[in-house]
Amino acid sequence: MATTMALRSFGRRTSIAARGFSSSCETEKAAKDGKPINLFSAINQALHIALDTDPRAYVFGEDVRFGGVFRCTTGLADRFGRSRVFNTPLCEQGIVGFAIGLAAMGNRAIAEIQFADYIYPAFDQIVNEAAKFRYRSGNEFNCGGLTIRTPYGAVGHGGHYHSQSPESFFCHVPGLKVVIPRSPQQAKGLLLSCIRDPNPSIFFEPKWLYRLAVEEVPEHDYMLPLSEAEVIRQGSDITLVGWGAQLSVLEQACVEAAKEGISCELIDLRTLIPWDKETVEASVRKTGKLLISHEAPVTGGFGAEISASIAESCFLRLEAPVARICGLDTPFPLVYEQFYMPTKNKILDAIKATVNY
Amino acid sequence: MAAAAARRVSCSLLRRDHRHLLPLLRPFASSAGGQPQLTVETSVPFTGHKIDPPSRSVDTNPSELLSFFREMSLMRRMEIAADSLYKSKLIRGFCHLYDGQEAVAIGLEASITKKDAIITAYRDHCIYLARGGSLVESFAELMGRRAGCSKGKGGSMHFYKKESGFFGGHGIVGAQVPLGCGLAFAQRYLKEGTVTFALYGDGAANQGQLFEALNISALWDLPVILVCENNHYGMGTAEWRAAKSPAYYKRGDYVPGLKVDGMDVLAVKQACKFAKEYALQNGPIILEMDTYRYHGHSMSDPGSTYRTRDEITGVRQERDPIERVRKLIVSYELATASELKDFEKEVRKEVDEAIAQAKESPMPDPSELFTNVYVKGFGVEAFGADRKEVKAVLP
Repeated sequence: MATTMALRSFGRRTSIAARGFSSSCETEKAAKDGKPINLFSAINQALHIALDTDPRAYVFGEDVRFGGVFRCTTGLADRFGRSRVFNTPLCEQGIVGFAIGLAAMGNRAIAEIQFADYIYPAFDQIVNEAAKFRYRSGNEFNCGGLTIRTPYGAVGHGGHYHSQSPESFFCHVPGLKVVIPRSPQQAKGLLLSCIRDPNPSIFFEPKWLYRLAVEEVPEHDYMLPLSEAEVIRQGSDITLVGWGAQLSVLEQACVEAAKEGISCELIDLRTLIPWDKETVEASVRKTGKLLISHEAPVTGGFGAEISASIAESCFLRLEAPVARICGLDTPFPLVYEQFYMPTKNKILDAIKATVNY
Repeated sequence: MAAAAARRVSCSLLRRDHRHLLPLLRPFASSAGGQPQLTVETSVPFTGHKIDPPSRSVDTNPSELLSFFREMSLMRRMEIAADSLYKSKLIRGFCHLYDGQEAVAIGLEASITKKDAIITAYRDHCIYLARGGSLVESFAELMGRRAGCSKGKGGSMHFYKKESGFFGGHGIVGAQVPLGCGLAFAQRYLKEGTVTFALYGDGAANQGQLFEALNISALWDLPVILVCENNHYGMGTAEWRAAKSPAYYKRGDYVPGLKVDGMDVLAVKQACKFAKEYALQNGPIILEMDTYRYHGHSMSDPGSTYRTRDEITGVRQERDPIERVRKLIVSYELATASELKDFEKEVRKEVDEAIAQAKESPMPDPSELFTNVYVKGFGVEAFGADRKEVKAVLP
């Protein structure tokens, strides 16, 4: 009896020490020494570290025990046991509600929604319960330990219900953090930051990159700052802003534009809310032109928020209207995916049109 | 003779005219020009929850049994052909196959009319066929071609047929059940003596919206029959891992339920007939079909990581729906085993011809990307690459 109590208080003490806040992370780039791994392996590593460093962290969702449909949770159940890594029945609303309750008791609940297309039954729980908990209880309660991870975005053949990008629905909700990584090395650091951040966060993983993106990822525990955008390519003629898998398309467009003498500055937003206005504004003040690109439909997509905000703050500096190259205003199509997507050529045309305005 | 018969029966599945089969029937069948009644016992008795189950003895006749055999073989062949088309990348996206569960589709169809509505989730190819869909339209839709039932815009998960009351074809698990209850609501107003069958799986049985819909249906006495196609696995999760109570027919609590052997087409027919009569008088009822799928959840799932190959072959040997009907036909001497094999060859040929025809259909026109987002005429603008040059008002 005394031993269990001692162990319990020991666990609580170590966990508090190990539970860093995301603001206490390395602002310098994590050292580029590591093994080349793909996105799902990087996320897997992050989850292993998260469960290892915090005995009160749990991973759950549909089919996660055997490793998950995208192999992100491989090995977790074997290493940490069934009580910490477990399958839930098929009910998204139940999964998120349950996760909020777990987080409200001071645990780190890492819930997986199998595809972002299925997150809508849980929308009420996320918007009305999770986002407003701290606010409406006057900081008496909070569900900061909540992190929802979900694969999003086109994958080439996903069709209507395996390709959606619902990030903008959640960007409209104060109280949440929405984070989207562009690569394995970013994903590991950002996911660990989300998990340790004392606010409920949603981590959208670009499913196209799960196997496709391979990068050198350090094996140690590191976190990357939230609400900080990263300028991944310096330029002087136009600012391009994007996130997730779309960045690789934007990068290709930058390379093509450079051949025509247009120097593009490329920014990865990384955190969508609260987003890093300063970095984008500083860049637009340098270039005078802005182009935003995302997979979600253009009307009401998060690009609209960035566009309006920049127009407000940098109106006199802008030399051309803000361009948005995004998905079309249709449901995500089945056979027409290549027409729907904001492709490199569409972006290139827009870059040229904006620069020559 | 066989070739002429095959050509006559071409693509339409539910021709009840089986006169060309009569020469195959034995002498006792030709008495008085009518069909003899056969009474067959179901494999197991029905189990009821808050209701007296129907009798185990099912009335049928030779032509019905032969048509069951033919239609189930057609469905089986179609699904296997879809498997190879998917592997050769002619079908892309997601493809959820129904082989093993054919008895549910056929038995259900045999007990209702085309004015009754059926709504199901994404494992819908065979239900579409049972509702009168053609093979060519099926394969064309799977391959995303213009000749498909949803004009190539839906794909495997979105087959629909308005004239036969088939409401699809839904991707989000469990979302079709409240919809089905809504259809029944409309049917109650129409007073045409029609019902809705809302099909869902054992994975979806744990969705909250199902219980919400059930409560409302019971409150308002809606003629809806909720059919749980329990193939024991919600994708990769076995039913005992996902549900505290895997007795899905009892989950309705105040709503009565019936457990049915979903691999026995005659049991399914009896249960659905019983359920329709019940629902028209008293409101919702739940049917749990104990069935099994041989393939994995979808073509991306091998189906063997969460269940043993022995289990799959075991079910195939003991409970296969087509084999069951074959044994019945042979034991009642309605046709010989070799005649049934000829049927299967015909079916195979029919499927191959349909695939060839479907392959010739072109992909939909790119302008179809914008059609049917809204009602025609309520123009919504869509832009070309740079939002300045090309503007189109959506048709």
